[in-house]
Amino acid sequence: MTDTTSETVHSATDLLFEKFGDAIQADDREGYEGVIVSSDQLVDVAQSIRDDLGYNLLTNLSYVDYLADDFFEVVYHAYRVPAGGPPLTFRARTPRNEAILPSLTGVWPSADFQEREAWDLMGIRFAGHPNLKRILTWEGFEGHPMRKDWREPFYEEDNKPFKTRWPGGEVDRAEMRVPYGMNVQYPAGFTVDGYSPEGDAALYAGLAVPESASGIGVQQIKTDQLVVNLGPQHPSTHGVFRMTVTLDGETITRLEPVMGYLHRNHEQIGERNTYLMNMPYTDRLDYISSMANNMAYAITVEKMLGQEVPYRAELLRVLMVELTRIVNHYWAIGFLLNDLGAFFTPSLYAILERELVLDLFEATTGSRMMCNYMRFGGVAYDLPPYIGGPAVKPGDRARELDTLQFLNDLVFERLPRSLDELDRLLTTNEVIITRCKGVGVLPADVAIAYGATGPVLRASGVPYDLRRADPYSIYNDLDFDVAVRYNGDTYDRYLIRMDEVRQSLRILQQVVPMLKETAGEDYWAGKRPYNVRVPVGEHYGHHENPKGELGFHIVSDGTANPYRYHIRAPSFINITPLEEMCRGSKIADAIIILGSIDIVLGELDR
Amino acid sequence: MADPTPAIHNPDYPIPEELRNNIAITTLDRIYNWSRAKSVWPMLFGLACCAIEMIATAAARYDPSRFGMEVMRPSPRQCDLMIVSGTVTKKMVPQIVRLYNQMAEPRYVLAMGACASGGGPFKEGYNVVDGIDKFLPVDVYVPGCPPTPQALLHGFITLHEKIESQSITTVPWYRKGESEAIPVPILGPDLIDLRQASLINYMSTQTPEPPQPAAAAEEPVAG
Repeated sequence: MTDTTSETVHSATDLLFEKFGDAIQADDREGYEGVIVSSDQLVDVAQSIRDDLGYNLLTNLSYVDYLADDFFEVVYHAYRVPAGGPPLTFRARTPRNEAILPSLTGVWPSADFQEREAWDLMGIRFAGHPNLKRILTWEGFEGHPMRKDWREPFYEEDNKPFKTRWPGGEVDRAEMRVPYGMNVQYPAGFTVDGYSPEGDAALYAGLAVPESASGIGVQQIKTDQLVVNLGPQHPSTHGVFRMTVTLDGETITRLEPVMGYLHRNHEQIGERNTYLMNMPYTDRLDYISSMANNMAYAITVEKMLGQEVPYRAELLRVLMVELTRIVNHYWAIGFLLNDLGAFFTPSLYAILERELVLDLFEATTGSRMMCNYMRFGGVAYDLPPYIGGPAVKPGDRARELDTLQFLNDLVFERLPRSLDELDRLLTTNEVIITRCKGVGVLPADVAIAYGATGPVLRASGVPYDLRRADPYSIYNDLDFDVAVRYNGDTYDRYLIRMDEVRQSLRILQQVVPMLKETAGEDYWAGKRPYNVRVPVGEHYGHHENPKGELGFHIVSDGTANPYRYHIRAPSFINITPLEEMCRGSKIADAIIILGSIDIVLGELDR
Repeated sequence: MADPTPAIHNPDYPIPEELRNNIAITTLDRIYNWSRAKSVWPMLFGLACCAIEMIATAAARYDPSRFGMEVMRPSPRQCDLMIVSGTVTKKMVPQIVRLYNQMAEPRYVLAMGACASGGGPFKEGYNVVDGIDKFLPVDVYVPGCPPTPQALLHGFITLHEKIESQSITTVPWYRKGESEAIPVPILGPDLIDLRQASLINYMSTQTPEPPQPAAAAEEPVAG
C-alpha cells in the first residue's frame, strides 16, 4: 500500500465523518483500520459509501465473535472498481444475545449469500434480507458453529498442536469420548421417535408458483410451471453443487442454488490451527489452483508480520501461480465443453497439458495437487535441478530432464502451441458459437453489484485485476495486460480465459529467464520459524486467483492461532448472480452458464 | 501364496492338442469372476479434491481402460463400483447412501483418499463424517491426500484381486431373500444414523453431561 492510496481511504472516511457525525466512529484499536458504523444508520452509510465515495463493489463480508467483549462484529470491505486501490473497511456491531443488523442486500446484492452465511454460522440475523435461510449447514441444524462458545462433537482442545494424543502412553481418540462413536452430538433430551426432518420442504415452498401466476409473455396459452431439482449428484455441476429451478416450459423463471454439500469447516478448523498449519488447508480450498491459494494466504500473513520476501521467492511464486492459472483455465475450458456436450475429448486435451505442469509441481514440492509450497517469507523449496519425465516403454527408467530446459520448452513452445491448437479447434466452432453467444449475459453494472470478480467480471467489460488494481508481489515490474471482453456472455467468459492464458504465458516468458539469472539465491527469508507470532490486529489480504479474488480476513489476538480466519472465496461470491444470469434462459443453458462461471466446490462450500 | 488371479484356462483334464484353440476348461467361479473383474464400471460421481485426481486417472495418461474401467456411468443403476472420492460431509451422506442403495448387486465401494477412509485433515469438522465406512461397507481403501493416479490404479488392481477371490457359492447376492438396504440417515439437529436410534434415545434419558473440554492447551512452543 503506497501512501497516496492510503490517503484516499483516509479522505474517504473523513467525508463520512462530516456527513454522518456521531454514527461513525474511528476504530482506534491497535492494528485495526476502518470505521465503526452504528447499526441503525448502516444502510444509509453503505449507500453513501457506494454512491458518494464510489466504493461500488462490496467484496467481503466477514463476521467476528468477540466473546470476551460480548458482541459480534460484521466487517465489510468495499472496493472502487475499476479504479482500484485498497478496500474501505467499515464494521457494525451487535450484542451477542440479540444479534441483529440491517441487511445490505438492498445496497449490494453481493451481500446476499454472505449474510446468509453469517446467519448460518454465527447466528446474526439480518433484518430485511429476502431469503435468510441456512446456506452451508441445513435447516434444523443445532447451533451456530462459528461462535466461540460452540463446541463441535469431536472437540479436543482449543488450540493445535495438541499436547498429546497418548496421555500416559495410551491412545486417546476423540471418537472414543463420543458415545455414538461418530462425529455427532444432539441437544439434551433429543429423541428420534416422532422426529420429522424439515428437509427440503422450505426450499421447495419458496420456489413453488402460485396457481394464478401466468407464464412469461404467453398469456393466452395455459402453461404449467414445475420445479426441477438438479444435483448434488450430477455430472455437470462440477462437484456436489445443487440447484433447484422453476421452469415455465423450458424457460427458467426462478433458480436457487443450494450448497454446503462440501462444507468442510475450513474456517473453524483454521481457528484452532497455528498460522502455518493452515497452509496445507488452503491447498484444499480451490483444489485445482492450490498454489494460488497458498500465495493468497502467504501474502496476507506476511503483511501482518511485516515480513519481506526475497526476490527469487517472488519469482518462484509468480511462476507457480501463473502456471496454476493456466492449468485452471485449461480445465475450465475443457469442462465447459463437457457441459456443452463434447464429452471428455476437449477435457482430455486440457488434462494433457495439466499433467506436464503437475510434473513440475510434483518434482518441486513432492505433491501433484496439494503443493503446500509457500511459507511466510518465501517458498519451501527451490526448483529441483532435474525433473522426472514419463517412462515411455516398459522397462524404461524415468527420464531426467533439466528443470529449466523443461520450463523453457513448456512456456515458450508447448503451451503456446497447445493454446493455439485449442483456439483453432474451439473458438470458431459453430456449436460453441451458437450455444454460447448471447447466453447468460451479465452486464457490467450487475456484475459489480453482485460482487463478481475475476474472469466473470472482466468478461463483462470491467478491466479489474488485482494484480494491477492493488499490486502485490512483483507484478508491477512485469509486463502484461489485463484481459477484458465486453459482452458479458458465456462466449466471452470462454474467450477471456483464452486471453488470460496468453497473458500468463507472457508473464512466464519473462519470469523463466530471470529464474536462470537468480539461480542459487535465497528463496526463504528469515529464520524459518515453526511457529509465527502475528501482532494483534486484523488484516484483509487478497490475491487474484484464477477464479477471482481470493481474500483472507484474519484477526489476530497475539496468540499462536488466528482468532478469526475468514475466507472470501471467489466461487462463492461469483455464484450469487447465477439466478440473474439464468432467468429467462432455457434449462439446458443453465448448465453452461454454471460451467462458464467456473466454480469449484472446495472453496464454494469451504 | 497362490496366485490370486490364475490363468482362466487351467484345466485339470487333458485336452487333445488339436482342440486346445477351441476349448477351455475352467471353473464356473473363475470365468464368472474373470468376466466381472475385467469390466467394473465406476460411477461418475465426485465429491471433492480426489475427484480431480480420479478424472486425471480417467484421462489419457493413466488410461483405466487397460483395466476395463473407462466406462463411467452417472446412473447408479448401471454401476458396479462407487469411488467415494473426497470428504464425506453430513449434508452429503444421505445422498451417498441413497446412491449406494440404488446400485445393483454385485456392488463395491472404494474409499479414495484420507477423507473418505477416515475423515482425513477435516476429521474434526462439525460437518464432516469421519470416513464413509461408518455407513457403507468399504472394499478397498486407497491412502493419500489425494492419492496419486498410480495409487488409485493400485486400488483398482486390489479390487480386481478381491473380486477374483470371491466364490459364487458364498457371495451375498445369490442368497435367499432380498439384501437389506442401508437406512438413509436423516439431517436433524445433527446427522441421525437410524441404526443408532435406540442409542440416541437412550442417551436422551441420561442426565446431560456438560462437555468436558480438555484443559486449555499450553501455547505451542515456538522454534
